[in-house]
Amino acid sequence: MIIYTYDGTFEGFLTCIFDCYSRKDFPVDIQSRIGEQRYLFAEKFDIPTNSVKAERVWKGVQKKLSGNNNQLVYYAFLSEESGIEMKIYRFLRRLFSEQFNIETDYGDSDVLELTQASQRVKKEAMRMMQFIRFQHTKDGLYFCGIEPRYDVIPMIYGHFQRRFADQKWLLYDLKRTYGVLYGKDKVEEVEISNRQFNRLNGQAKENILEEGEEFYQKLWKSYFRHITIQERKNLRLQRQHMPRRFWKYLPEKQASA
Amino acid sequence: MDNDKVLQKLSILADAAKYDVSCASSGSTRKNTTNGIGNGVYGGICHSFTDDGRCISLFKILMTNNCIYDCAYCINRRRNDRPRATFTPQEIVDLTIGFYRRNYIEGLFLSSGVIRNPDFTMERMVLVAKKLRTEENYNGYIHLKAIPGASQELIHEAGLWADRLSVNIEIPTEINLKRLAPEKNYKGILSPMVQIRNEILVSKEERKKYRKAPKFSPAGQSTQLIVGATPETDRQIILLSSGLYQSQNLKRVYYSAYLPVNHYDQRLPALNRPPLVRENRLYQSDWLVRFYAFRAEEILSEDQPFLDLDVDPKLGYALRNMHHFPVDINRADYEMILRVPGIGVQSAQKIVLARRHRRLNSDHLKKIGVVMKRAKYFITTNELPASTTDWEPQRLKHKLVAESVSKNKKLMDTQISLFTDYKPVLPPLY
Repeated sequence: MIIYTYDGTFEGFLTCIFDCYSRKDFPVDIQSRIGEQRYLFAEKFDIPTNSVKAERVWKGVQKKLSGNNNQLVYYAFLSEESGIEMKIYRFLRRLFSEQFNIETDYGDSDVLELTQASQRVKKEAMRMMQFIRFQHTKDGLYFCGIEPRYDVIPMIYGHFQRRFADQKWLLYDLKRTYGVLYGKDKVEEVEISNRQFNRLNGQAKENILEEGEEFYQKLWKSYFRHITIQERKNLRLQRQHMPRRFWKYLPEKQASA
Repeated sequence: MDNDKVLQKLSILADAAKYDVSCASSGSTRKNTTNGIGNGVYGGICHSFTDDGRCISLFKILMTNNCIYDCAYCINRRRNDRPRATFTPQEIVDLTIGFYRRNYIEGLFLSSGVIRNPDFTMERMVLVAKKLRTEENYNGYIHLKAIPGASQELIHEAGLWADRLSVNIEIPTEINLKRLAPEKNYKGILSPMVQIRNEILVSKEERKKYRKAPKFSPAGQSTQLIVGATPETDRQIILLSSGLYQSQNLKRVYYSAYLPVNHYDQRLPALNRPPLVRENRLYQSDWLVRFYAFRAEEILSEDQPFLDLDVDPKLGYALRNMHHFPVDINRADYEMILRVPGIGVQSAQKIVLARRHRRLNSDHLKKIGVVMKRAKYFITTNELPASTTDWEPQRLKHKLVAESVSKNKKLMDTQISLFTDYKPVLPPLY
């Protein structure tokens, strides 16, 4: 039983694909070196990440996939689901070998599951755009700390860059401990050493918040309360659209001060 | 800003605005500038959800809840004694920008009670939009209500600043409007709608020739109908809304279940619950007309003018037209697959794409997301024989209703007992 292992990044995974083709090998599983190890008695090949090889595979994939679906493989990979590597590998083997476009062959369970995983990731990115709430801090920075289920911050920072072009903001992923800082046309990835915010719910400590911030949160809570039509109360519907795991980031769902 | 006063005004004016159910922030492709703030996202983004389950994507307020009119169904009517407040345009601008910068909202939804006269009110609303666009370099979403009776110049200017304009029809027939709001008339409501429709068409044509031609209300127009305050049948409502979609090019028609207010007024029905199930069925029919290529006559006919509350309109259609089924998933065309209960637009599109590669069986359909519990009575697949031939429509209906976990089962709808027996004294208008 041959297992290929990679370092957990997308580039590493694409390098594995390249090596599978160049060695004309069909591994039983492709597994990340980080995280749980599933096999005890298998022969493991450690594949070092090689960006040139990864680039070649990616270019090949882009040529074959249709325009608005070209991120399918990347988004499916971001879902970090167990076994997703082999599904992607089997999908790519079919993609490269067949003449007909197989992206719409939903009868094949690999294609369908990749599409569904990619849709889950896109939905999580959409949820981030919905529920990210900035807090205005004393030095003019708009800060938000949040924990998305999948690593979607790279997918959404462009939206915030376009929308808030004239303000300094910082988006921080609490689980993966990295952030994106935007200030005057420049976007960069950052890590925060001196943590001045609550690690669990991303709320900045009160002493660094700007004065008007608390008032705006109060206004928003009041607005939220008054815009509800009591006769139509339907908490189940609300939870369906706004899952409980996001409530800790939303001022309107905090217990009122 | 005097903080306490603003907080109090906000609570009064948000409370007064909640009955306008339109909430969409979609349809705008407005791009930001390098030193501006805000952009449009075409699909719209819902930033929060109220306790009644509706989405909050815009900052929805009235500019003032003072009003010169005395419409029977409105909580802000002139004769009601309640706290009244008015925002200044600058306060609205500051609040909008403050919320927008924190990503609480996609934009502003501004409506108003009418003070002094329609022109005076409309002018102040347009001023808010103008300030946002010019002084704050704001490129986010703005939805303005057009006040019936305002001058053409003001409506024109409103469309240049806003992304969407709307005029609420509220009462589906003119006769009942005159009964409940004698100071208003259909002409005053329809003429700004026609003007907006025309200006949108003109602007689209001009932009095909000159890229720099100004956009007019690029996200279109919408309206709202109150369901259950007056005795119109569902058929009248659906015919009206499909007419509006076709002739007025509306983007959306919203249906708002009548909430009992102003209990002293004898002209209004004495309900103890809003007709939520009926409203839900109307939205489902609205979706059928817009996305499933149904015609209004197929959903309701003259001898059945009210929607069945037990089953959704699509299932109702299927049960009345069992001779169209079973549909062979692997061979039928897209329009017919769309009509199968349990198959939505996404599933139908996936089926049509996937069947080119291989024959689909019920296992594939289940994974794609078709509701097999319903659909199995209406389709044949690669291996499944049809089970429709031995089902008589009434029995099938009872079986499906009993099986389905209905979210509306608990709501006792009192609306139907009042109006299904209603025989109109006057000849129908359609």
